[in-house]
Amino acid sequence: MNQAQTSSQTLEGYNFAYLDEQTKRMIRRAILKAVGVPGYQVPFGSREMPLPYGWGTGGIQVTAGVIGADDTLKVIDQGADDTTNAVSIRRFFARTTGVSTTERTDEASIIQTRHRIPENPLSEGQILVYQVPIPEPLRWLEARETETRKMHALEEYGVMHVKLYEDIARFGRIATSYDYPVLVNDRYMMAPSPIPKFDNPKMDNMPALQLFGAGREKRIYAIPPYTKVESLDFDDHPFEIQTWDESCALCAAEDSYLDEVVMDDQGARMFVCSDTDYCEERRDQGHIGSMGTPQAAE
Amino acid sequence: MSEATPLLSVQSLGKDYGGHVGCTDVSFDLWPGEVLGIVGESGSGKTTLLNCLSAQHELSRGKVIYDTRVDGPKSIFDMSESERRLLMRTDWGLVRQNPRDGLRLGVSAGANVGERLMAVGARHYGDIRGVASEWLEKVEIDTNRIDDRPTTFSGGMQQRLQIARNLVTNPRLVFMDEPTGGLDVSVQARLLDLLRGLVTRLGLSAIVVTHDLAVARLLAHRLMVMKDGRVVEQGLTDQVLDDPQHAYTQLLVSSILQP
Repeated sequence: MNQAQTSSQTLEGYNFAYLDEQTKRMIRRAILKAVGVPGYQVPFGSREMPLPYGWGTGGIQVTAGVIGADDTLKVIDQGADDTTNAVSIRRFFARTTGVSTTERTDEASIIQTRHRIPENPLSEGQILVYQVPIPEPLRWLEARETETRKMHALEEYGVMHVKLYEDIARFGRIATSYDYPVLVNDRYMMAPSPIPKFDNPKMDNMPALQLFGAGREKRIYAIPPYTKVESLDFDDHPFEIQTWDESCALCAAEDSYLDEVVMDDQGARMFVCSDTDYCEERRDQGHIGSMGTPQAAE
Repeated sequence: MSEATPLLSVQSLGKDYGGHVGCTDVSFDLWPGEVLGIVGESGSGKTTLLNCLSAQHELSRGKVIYDTRVDGPKSIFDMSESERRLLMRTDWGLVRQNPRDGLRLGVSAGANVGERLMAVGARHYGDIRGVASEWLEKVEIDTNRIDDRPTTFSGGMQQRLQIARNLVTNPRLVFMDEPTGGLDVSVQARLLDLLRGLVTRLGLSAIVVTHDLAVARLLAHRLMVMKDGRVVEQGLTDQVLDDPQHAYTQLLVSSILQP
């Protein structure tokens, strides 16, 4: 058991990582099953957490289930370490567990994320925890839960291609750009949570363990390290990731996912890395973008 | 399989809803290329029977044996569920009375027709689209409308789209539940004409449930008359309609309005 050493920073009267030990056991059991059956959605008894549904209650519970006193936690929201959601979840765990936190991808042992996979490749021993709003990839095509479960059980995934067909028929290409459906380990259709499809290739054969938690929908699923993750496509319309004509305005990166930031009401805009840690690291190394300033000058 | 095997063999089938009888003691053989009509008044168990035959309801009694392409005759309720669902997607078609039940309304006509192809593993967009537009042509829908949603189609077009969607995998057996219900007479006539053409051209077997004797006479080779969940009379269509033996059939035939 990862009993808390009562450090001065942790809150009095709370169990280590907020949840009680029995709840964490229940979550760990669900996680073990999820790892055993890659891509399969394991139901679990999701608890009320001290933040609203949709803000990452599933991810928080998974993190609480796996975190230990010697872990280092990083929390990102849309790639950034300094947005409200990321800051408050990081502080939540800092106060309830006393673990050290970091913004560096390579220093973290657990990374809880919403909407992005860090640009820097993850390594063995790291755990990536996703916050998932809608775990069922077939939900928009089939409203009945009994039916979607049966479709998973019988591997009836033809309708998923109907959605992609419809995209091509209407837009001339596969226009689905986030939460792009993947087939895990040649068996289960899985929603990768609303990450951009830019990040889909990173999931394939990732050395790190990937855990997914959906709090409101009460599902946990997982991709074990080095598992095949395939994005769906058509033979004549292969899977493609987003590309940009611009490079990051701060660090000149051309290989990262860029956010478009509107600067004023005159149409001025800039493109910056959505992964703030990656951007900072590059600037520390001396890369300067069109609107960047040398780090030393700051 | 040899000519001597019926495509579908039904043996003393029965279905109860609690204490209430849906249909009972139904036995018949359907031969390849044959169209069987099931007629009767509302509540006579026609649709219950069709739902049992097409494996949508569990049976209470009896057996339904289908002559599968690979394994020969097999009881459909002894198959595993995945086998049965594969059969329903490929070898069978199900045309519902209300096309909105049988179509996927949120996606285009082309996607509707292509769905079964994708379900059996077609992964080439251009090919799927090609087949879809071929089938739209066959059911007399303008191919320009391939990217329109079925909600923008008229009732008759929706019904024809539903037929195309079912026939795209070249099924051997098609179940139709009141295929012309809710359509006006001229559209009905065209649809019937189309259906008759497709059935003869493709050598389909079909089971058509209808309360419209004219539809039965046009489409069906053989007719079964149902009342209170039982088959009261069966035989060749013309024979049953021109020389009805059972009192209920006589009533049914004499109730047709002559314009």
